Amino acid sequence: MSDASYLSLEKLTLAYGDSVAVANLDLDIRKGELIALLGPSGCGKTTTMRAIAGLLAVKSGHVRLDGADITRVPANKRAVGLMFQSYALFPHLSVYENVAFGLKLKGMRGTELDTKVQSGLKSVGLSAFANRKPAELSGGQQQRVALARSMVMEPKVLLLDEPLSNLDARLRLEMRTELQRVQKETGVTMIFVTHDQAEALALADRIVVMKSGKIEQIGSPEDIYNRPTSSFVADFVGFENIFPLENGKMKTSAGLIDLSGKAPSAAGLAWRPRMVTLGTGPFQGTVRGTSFAGDAREYLLDTSFGPIKAEVEASQPTHALGAGLTFDLPAEKAAPLSRFV
Amino acid sequence: MTLRSLFIPITLLLVIAFLIGPFLIIVAASFSAGETLAFPPQGFSLRWIAKVFTVESFRASFGMSLFLAIGGTAVALVLGIPASYALSRYKLPGAEIVRTIVSAPIIVPGIIVGLALLRYIVVPFQVGITLALFLAHTALVLPYAVRVVSASLDNLRSDIEEAAVLLGSSRIGAFFRVVMPNIRGGIMSAFILGFVTSFNQVPVSLFLSGPGVRTLPVDMIAYMEIVFDPSVAALSSLLAFLSIGIVFIAERFLGFSRYV
Ligand SMILES: Nc1ncnc2c1ncn2[C@@H]1O[C@H](COP(=O)(O)OP(=O)(O)OP(=O)(O)O)[C@@H](O)[C@H]1O
Ligand SMILES: [Mg+2]
Repeated sequence: MSDASYLSLEKLTLAYGDSVAVANLDLDIRKGELIALLGPSGCGKTTTMRAIAGLLAVKSGHVRLDGADITRVPANKRAVGLMFQSYALFPHLSVYENVAFGLKLKGMRGTELDTKVQSGLKSVGLSAFANRKPAELSGGQQQRVALARSMVMEPKVLLLDEPLSNLDARLRLEMRTELQRVQKETGVTMIFVTHDQAEALALADRIVVMKSGKIEQIGSPEDIYNRPTSSFVADFVGFENIFPLENGKMKTSAGLIDLSGKAPSAAGLAWRPRMVTLGTGPFQGTVRGTSFAGDAREYLLDTSFGPIKAEVEASQPTHALGAGLTFDLPAEKAAPLSRFV
Repeated sequence: MTLRSLFIPITLLLVIAFLIGPFLIIVAASFSAGETLAFPPQGFSLRWIAKVFTVESFRASFGMSLFLAIGGTAVALVLGIPASYALSRYKLPGAEIVRTIVSAPIIVPGIIVGLALLRYIVVPFQVGITLALFLAHTALVLPYAVRVVSASLDNLRSDIEEAAVLLGSSRIGAFFRVVMPNIRGGIMSAFILGFVTSFNQVPVSLFLSGPGVRTLPVDMIAYMEIVFDPSVAALSSLLAFLSIGIVFIAERFLGFSRYV
């Protein structure tokens, strides 16, 4: 086992009956890494997590963890923790008993057990709630019980399936910090699933973007945010103006269009609304819509080659609806896409 | 008040009278001081209530009914809990059909079930009377067991079993550690419903009862054919109060009506 592949998925194919949900997935994760699995609904994030946990049989390929092939190891012998979106706390047991559940199964008893459970509860700030039942806790507290319950087992990998999606915005931020802290303190390898790119960017060491059962791109948050390699990822992280390239020219419904600056050799180019220059440039558009977003103002332009979204600082002079505007899509600012789908 | 607005309250009263009336008549009749079953009762006494406890055959048949109700329901649960679990957790092909078949005895009249059991099981296989009754009562209670246990399983999220497995439990261990404790209320309710159903069951038992082996309701019918005194009314009242008591306690502590 090399350092770069503490957990590795090799040509992993997962299916429900005959319908393949994940195909030929390769992924290497370092020890102690925090990975975000990002992608649209139905792309196979949960399926992949369930296979790593051992809850879903692998159709073909391998899962290796800490040097051992665990593809056929049953879920209860894997030392993989999974936090469910619904928390899946045991309703009949107290918070204390929930956290003690796995430790007891390991044969831990007496003061050793008690010490471990107490410190687990303390680490998530729930010592005072030890005797409550899950139903008597708030969503955020239930979540923390679930986290403590998984963490006291000292799993080699902790999987979190949309851990924050059931929480309101404020709690989400709080839990985000909490997850980060727990991860730092324990150094556990974590993979979490999310729909929310902001969450992935804020938390992860690396982001894995999935689409229809395949990996679209793996990279650091900076990579994913600034250098998407496919139109799909670009669109996902907010590049709203995306065009294919042909011979260095932008291919649009109005034909091939010359760009200012030198276009890189790529399959396509993508611009965030911020990257569009308004007021000068070779192109002509009409303001179709405008909206105020605090420190910025967004414009939707009608052009001969389709709608363009632009964003300028709010301090700039405003343009009225229906006004004609010149603008530019500077080639050197655009993210070059190697794949256009 | 118009006739129209009176219609619903009056209907309601009639329905209640129709349901509770006979019961009140029987209760009143059990306290009669007279020699025959009659309404209105003649005088007031507890002699018929006391007599119930001295009739030898009532004691024997009460024992038999109790044995069938407790034993049959217990066996039905032992079979019904795993069946319900399989039906609710695994998307088996034809699970709906199995559900329907399992609950068929609830729809099919008891007379037919009794006759079928007698004709095709008891007679050809020479099954003893007690065993036949036991099997019949188990079969009768099974649908209720499956139905009530299924209802409480459907209310329980299945991901807690996976959580238990990931914490080191085996699949079967997870069933006993996290499923059973959470459907305890449903199981108790199924037991009570099964018990009451079995205890009050007449038609099937009527077919299968034989010399010396009878359930209490069948014995009461037999008794009435010979002696027409108020002791049958007294016994009925006692049984009714017993049932009401059980259901009341069940509702109080288990929220019985959630499952039935
Ligand atoms: N139990 C199942 N039986 C059959 N198909 C399933 C099952 N679970 C998921 N699928 C299919 O597998 C694919 C991947 O589903 P999965 O749940 O992994 O998506 P996801 O990325 O987690 O989506 P979401 O963000 O909505 O949770 C989907 O096409 C889905 O319809
Ligand atoms: Mg999912």
